[in-house]
Amino acid sequence: MRHSLLVRITHWITALSVAGLLVSGVAILIAHPRLYWGETGSFETTSLIDLPLTLTYGHSGWGRYLHFLSAWISVLTGLVYVMSGFINGHFHRHLLPSRADFALPATGSPLSYNGLQRLTYLGVVFILFPVIVATGLAMSPAITSVLPWLAIAFGGHQSARTIHFIAASLITLFVLVHVTMVTLAGFGARVAAMITGGREAVEEHA
Amino acid sequence: MRTGITRRKLITRAVTAAAGVSGVGVAISIADRFGLIPPDHYGPFGVGETLTYATQRVLTSGHSLAREFDRSQISPVAAVNGEAPSKESYQRELESGFSGWRLAIDGLVARPTSLSLADLKDLPGHSQITMQACEEGWSFIAEWTGATLSSVLDLVGPAPHARYVFFFAYDDWFESIDMADALHPQTLIAYGMNGQDLPTNHGAPARLKLPRQLGYKNLKYLSRITVTDTVANVGEGLGGGGPEAGYAWYAGI
Repeated sequence: MRHSLLVRITHWITALSVAGLLVSGVAILIAHPRLYWGETGSFETTSLIDLPLTLTYGHSGWGRYLHFLSAWISVLTGLVYVMSGFINGHFHRHLLPSRADFALPATGSPLSYNGLQRLTYLGVVFILFPVIVATGLAMSPAITSVLPWLAIAFGGHQSARTIHFIAASLITLFVLVHVTMVTLAGFGARVAAMITGGREAVEEHA
Repeated sequence: MRTGITRRKLITRAVTAAAGVSGVGVAISIADRFGLIPPDHYGPFGVGETLTYATQRVLTSGHSLAREFDRSQISPVAAVNGEAPSKESYQRELESGFSGWRLAIDGLVARPTSLSLADLKDLPGHSQITMQACEEGWSFIAEWTGATLSSVLDLVGPAPHARYVFFFAYDDWFESIDMADALHPQTLIAYGMNGQDLPTNHGAPARLKLPRQLGYKNLKYLSRITVTDTVANVGEGLGGGGPEAGYAWYAGI
């Protein structure tokens, strides 16, 4: 399977902006590493999760600036990727699994994704990303002045923050597994394929 | 022949590029006229901040109201950051129950004035049960009582070209907001909280309550309000103590 130019460009912009989001997200989180459920929460109330992170002030200024810049880049790139993926059939051809993709022992080409990989990619694109964007917006007092149901749907301001953290953790887990699998499959060749597009599958079989 | 085509292409491209650049220039000046460019639009993060501010200003242009809550949702404990100013001028006012406290209102206004606490309480206002969310991550809900900033501004008559309202506090902190937020019906000069006078560490005798923005914009211990058409001549010219400490000027997030 050859990666299209659009997939390659959006992949690397997304990789960079997600790196920016994770670094800045941690910078924001360590100013208050406690998570709550409901609308409100503070050091004076009971928490849902106390993260084993040292409380550190002084990083959320640049952290927030980088977080929202990266978020804009990530969201705009994601929109281009998703819209073009529907138009050119990328999701249908490369990511929508068929029963054969789950067959054991694997019968499909090792150069195409198996069923679990396909479901994971679709889950990240169509569940995790929308959830993390929506919970991010649900924490904005200006956005919820226009869309109050956004905060209510997630169970409140603090619940949205907690779900935002869980979704970020799952995306981090995805990135770790993704990079591990790329490394096992041959880091140099896989990264090169995502830069140049890679050779046609037919040629690789030859 | 070939060079002719190339030259023509070159000219076409140059014209297109020039149109593109001037187009962006025109777009920026139009956006600025409609108040869609924040003071911190420069620097590496400026593009993101401008996109956020412009998008939210357009989305909230109909004076959209921050979420209000039920009385039963008021937080039993209202968390707080920082302590009351230790400087003598504030401590003196605190000891006298703010009987001599005056809130000065000046700048680009027709009738500069100063208000006592009693004057402020006589102005049109209301109580609202809204959330205070700190940029650090914690939040609480409280009932705030105060005069609307718009009624305070009505009293002094801002100039038609006024763009920003600055707030100065006894602890030397300052912040500014745009006219869209200044004239918003939920923007209060709050003197009461949960049915009582504003507690000392929540900003007595009066604070800004700006429920569509994060906590750090809601300046406490107010001493002066100044209307301007620029952020350039106050402090470092960034529009507030928050921006000078590296935080975004607009905190609607």
